[in-house]
Amino acid sequence: MSLILNHVNYVYSADTTYEIKALDDVCLEIGNGEFIGLIGHTGSGKSTLVQHMNGLLKATSGQILYNGEDIYDKDYSLKLLRQKVGLVFQYPEHQLFETDVISDVMFGPKNLKLSKIEVEKRACDALTMVGFPEEMWNRSLFELSGGQKRRVAIAGVLAMKPEMLILDEPTAGLDPKGREEILTLIRGLQKEQGITIVLVSHSMEDVANYVDRIVVMDHGRVMMNDVPREVFRHYEELEKMGLAAPQVTYIMQALRMKGLDVDIDATTIPEAREQILLALGRDWREE
Amino acid sequence: MGIIETENLVFEYIERDEEGNPIGVKRAVDNVSIDVKRGDFVAILGHNGSGKSTLAKHLNALLYPTEGKVLVDGMDTNDEKYTWPVRQTAGMVFQNPDNQIIGSIVEEDVGFGPENMGIPTAEIWERVKESLTIVGMKEYRKHSPNKLSGGQKQRVAIAGVVAMHPKCIIMDEPTAMLDPNGRKEVIRAARALNDVEQVTIVLITHYMEEVIYADKVIVMDGGKVVMQGTPKDIFSQVEKLKELRLDVPQVTLLAYELRKAGVDIPLGILTTEELVAALWRA
Repeated sequence: MSLILNHVNYVYSADTTYEIKALDDVCLEIGNGEFIGLIGHTGSGKSTLVQHMNGLLKATSGQILYNGEDIYDKDYSLKLLRQKVGLVFQYPEHQLFETDVISDVMFGPKNLKLSKIEVEKRACDALTMVGFPEEMWNRSLFELSGGQKRRVAIAGVLAMKPEMLILDEPTAGLDPKGREEILTLIRGLQKEQGITIVLVSHSMEDVANYVDRIVVMDHGRVMMNDVPREVFRHYEELEKMGLAAPQVTYIMQALRMKGLDVDIDATTIPEAREQILLALGRDWREE
Repeated sequence: MGIIETENLVFEYIERDEEGNPIGVKRAVDNVSIDVKRGDFVAILGHNGSGKSTLAKHLNALLYPTEGKVLVDGMDTNDEKYTWPVRQTAGMVFQNPDNQIIGSIVEEDVGFGPENMGIPTAEIWERVKESLTIVGMKEYRKHSPNKLSGGQKQRVAIAGVVAMHPKCIIMDEPTAMLDPNGRKEVIRAARALNDVEQVTIVLITHYMEEVIYADKVIVMDGGKVVMQGTPKDIFSQVEKLKELRLDVPQVTLLAYELRKAGVDIPLGILTTEELVAALWRA
């Protein structure tokens, strides 16, 4: 799959005094199997952008190509696009509405007019993909914890067999272990199922640890679009946009200022560990 | 005596299936005895479902103990005549700012609490001004709360509680729905209230880096208090915290990894400055 945005603009309340440019000349390319982190402070245009990616919002001007086809063509099926580009909203567990786990996951494929067997198969596959234990598939949704409900919600989107999955802050409100579990699950979907991932996140640490490429939004514009170490190298610019680098970046900066010869581009704990041990002249290999 | 004390607090509720039939009794808080000293900044950590919010709701009489006792400034929350004084002594800030703001103008929202307490008008305006100043939102007093960012809204919600002059504020995951800047603003406001105004703060959070300045950290699991101590004591126990589905700040984790690799640095490093200094000695 490939998704290309060409000079996309989106304007709220056009021609009034409240006019706001929510997307300003956005050009972006997303290739097959990528894991992309989308960051920006509240109101920077991240949510507006992802809603364009599956056709929930229509650009005021500009072009969006999915697999080379213009999604604004009058013959183009936005319904099909929304199956191929799945969107998991913030707090998706608030959107569960069936009585038990499996029915909720079957709801999407059922609407695709597939055979009963195919619907069930897709639901089973999706629940397996998110690592949801089989003995709980018939459980009531009321009996699940927040993290479990979130898995069910993600399974509901996966049952549509998307090629691309966009997740808007999928770890919000979860405890640290729950955050790690959801992110590991998402990485598995990318690595094992080949699903292209766009992760909207406020956590620079998570972004540094998991994604291949970071897109930084500010005032509706794409300000940076690069691998994590390149983006975090510009931490001062990120700070001006109300963002920051991972804590590790600041630690490396502080050590370098003190005169320790470390690579300041380290953005994750293992990288930092290796760099510091090297600089101290220690054996840095994992035992 | 502490401003908040719980003695062998137990809270149980009846679990029901979707038809409303009782299926069992669940113990959400299990024999918890804590003591929060006047003027302290206390943080409560614990994974989802560990009982921290249920405990918090006892501290201002939103829930009542099944067994045991909760004393707020010496008042037993089980005694109905203390319900209002308890809530005035221990104010509460919740996770979602949108559920806590009712006024259409910031200053009216902040004035709502003191107005309900029957405070004379002139003093209400005094309190509104002072509360908004403390949380750094004075210049927004004529704004509509709808147009504020999450962090700003949450600070208005805090100002609304501050205007009631509580001796203690309980914050139940006040930063969970905010972006990093919003989180910093709210934590800064909480620390200022504690440092400058000597308001006792009980902060419940999932963000480890928010608790490094606390006087005391309480860790909950399965409704019980499983760890208590200074941030340094608590964050020195990396493995134990991981077992409890928690974490440590990044700098603490890095220091821990370096120590494991044989670098001679102490456990429980909480800030970049501490790590740099420790590495210099190593």
